[in-house]
Amino acid sequence: MSIYFDFSVFSGEFFPVSVLIYALVVGVLTGICASLLGVNLVLKRYSMIGDGLSHVGFLALALAALLGIPTAQNIYITIPVVMAAAFFLMWLSDSGKLKGDAATALVSVGTVAVGYIIFALAEAGAAEVCSGLFGASILTMNAEDMWLCIILCGVVLLLYVLFFNRIFAVTFDEGFVKASGLNVKASNLLLSALTAVTVVVGMKLMGSIMISALIVIPAITSMRLFKTFRSVVLGSAVISVICFLLGFMFSVTFVVSRPDSYVSSTVMLPVGATVVCFNVLALSVAGIVGKIRARRSA
Amino acid sequence: MSQLKIENLTVVFDGKCVLNDVSFEVKKGEYLCVVGENGSGKTTLMKCILGLIPLKKGSVLFGDGTDGRSVGYLPQQSTAKKDFPASVEEVVMSAFLGKRRLPFYNTKMREKALDCMKTLGVLALKDSSFAELSGGQQQRVLLARALCASSGLLLLDEPVNGLDPTATKQMYDVIKQLNVKGNTVVMISHDIPSAVRFADRILHLSHNGCFFGTVDEYLLSGFGDGFLKDGAK
Repeated sequence: MSIYFDFSVFSGEFFPVSVLIYALVVGVLTGICASLLGVNLVLKRYSMIGDGLSHVGFLALALAALLGIPTAQNIYITIPVVMAAAFFLMWLSDSGKLKGDAATALVSVGTVAVGYIIFALAEAGAAEVCSGLFGASILTMNAEDMWLCIILCGVVLLLYVLFFNRIFAVTFDEGFVKASGLNVKASNLLLSALTAVTVVVGMKLMGSIMISALIVIPAITSMRLFKTFRSVVLGSAVISVICFLLGFMFSVTFVVSRPDSYVSSTVMLPVGATVVCFNVLALSVAGIVGKIRARRSA
Repeated sequence: MSQLKIENLTVVFDGKCVLNDVSFEVKKGEYLCVVGENGSGKTTLMKCILGLIPLKKGSVLFGDGTDGRSVGYLPQQSTAKKDFPASVEEVVMSAFLGKRRLPFYNTKMREKALDCMKTLGVLALKDSSFAELSGGQQQRVLLARALCASSGLLLLDEPVNGLDPTATKQMYDVIKQLNVKGNTVVMISHDIPSAVRFADRILHLSHNGCFFGTVDEYLLSGFGDGFLKDGAK
C-alpha cells in the first residue's frame, strides 16, 4: 500500500476545476464568518450555542427533504428554522430558566433525533443523511452555492464590521453597556442571527456537525497566541482560512493505492472532517507555542 | 441644583420591599458613600439610578449637565472578564459606545480616552493585555472607562472588592483625587471606616429604616456603630 498526493486533480481531467473553485470560495468565506463570530461566542460562554445550532441545521435539512424542496432552495427552510432556534437558545440561556449548557445539550440531541426520524419519513437514503451530518462531496458544489455564500457571508461580514465596537463591548461587559443605555438584547440577537446564517451557509460543504468546530476552534487557537481583542479576531480569521486551505488541499489530493488493486484509487477524504482535523492540529501547535512563550516571559 | 436627586424611591421584588421610601440628593462635586449590610438594597439602588429596573414609586432625577446615559459606571468585578483578550485601550474606548450612533470612534474620543488613562495612571499600560493586569490595575482601567463615559457623575459599585490592602488604598486615593478635581462620586461600599474617612455624606440603607446625612451627623447618629467597631478591630 502506498500513500501519496496527486495534484492532477487540478488538471480538470477527473472533474471540472470549477467545482474546486466553488468549494474553495464557500469554504474560505464561511471559515472567515464562523471564526469571527466564534471569538464572541466563546468569550460570551455561548460556544455550545454554535454547536446546538449546527444540530438544528440537521433538523432543518431533514424538514427540507420531507417537504421535497430541492437543495438549491432549501435555505428558505433552513435559515428561518436555524434562526428561530438561535433566538430560542439565547432567550433560554439569558432567562435562566435552564442553565445555558443544559439547554443547548437538550436542543442538540433532541433536534438530531427528530431530524433523523424525519429523514426516515422522507425515505432519504443513508448517503443523504450522512452528507447532511458530515458534509456533501465537493462534486455536488455548484455556482448557485457559491453566489449564495458570497451574498450571505457578505452581509454577515458587513454587519460584523459595522457593529464591531458594540459587539466587543457587549462581549466584554454587558452590565456597563446596559448602563450606557444601549440595547444589549438587540446586540445578542444580532450575534445569534449572524451565527445562524453562517451555520446554514457552511452546512452543505462542511456538514452540520462539523461547522461548530469552525466556530469554536480557530477562536480558542487565536486566544492562545494573541492578547488584544482586535488581534484575536483577525488571528482567528487567518487561522481559519489557513486551516481550510490546508485541509482542502489535503482532502482532494490524498491518494491511497493498494497493491492488490490495479487501478490506483483516488479516495477523496471528506473536506469538512479534514479541515476540522487541521484546526485541531493548529490548536495543539498554538497551545505549545503559548506555553513556551509563557515560560520564557516568566 | 443637585446632580442626582432621588425622591421617595420604593422598589418591590416578588412582593418583598427591597427599597422603602429612600430619598437623598447629591450636589455637584460631592462624595457620597452608600453603605449597608448585604441585601439592604445597595445594588438595587444603583440599578434604579442607571434606569435598569422599573421604579414602583418615586423618582430619579438628574441635573447639572448629567443624564442617565452619561453616568460613569464602574460595575462590580465579574469573574467572566478574567481571561478576556483585550488591550487596556480597547477596554477604555468602549466607554464611548453610548455616545455615538455611528459604528466607529473618532480622534476626539481617542484623545479623551488617552487623557482619562493618564489621570488614572494607566497610560503606560495602554497596549497591555487587560487580562494580565493585577486586580488593582484592572480596577483603575475600568475606572478610566467610567471617567470617559461620564459627564461628571461617577457611580462606583464596590470598587475595592477583592483588592489587596495596597491596591485598596491606591484605589481610594485615586477616587478622592477624581472627586477633588470636581467629579461627583457615588460609591457603594462595605467598608464603613473608609467611607467615613473619605466621603462627605453617607447613605446607610438597612432593613429598619435608612440614614442620610453628613459624615459628622452619621457618626453622632450611632447608625453605623456596629460596623465601625468591627472595622476598628
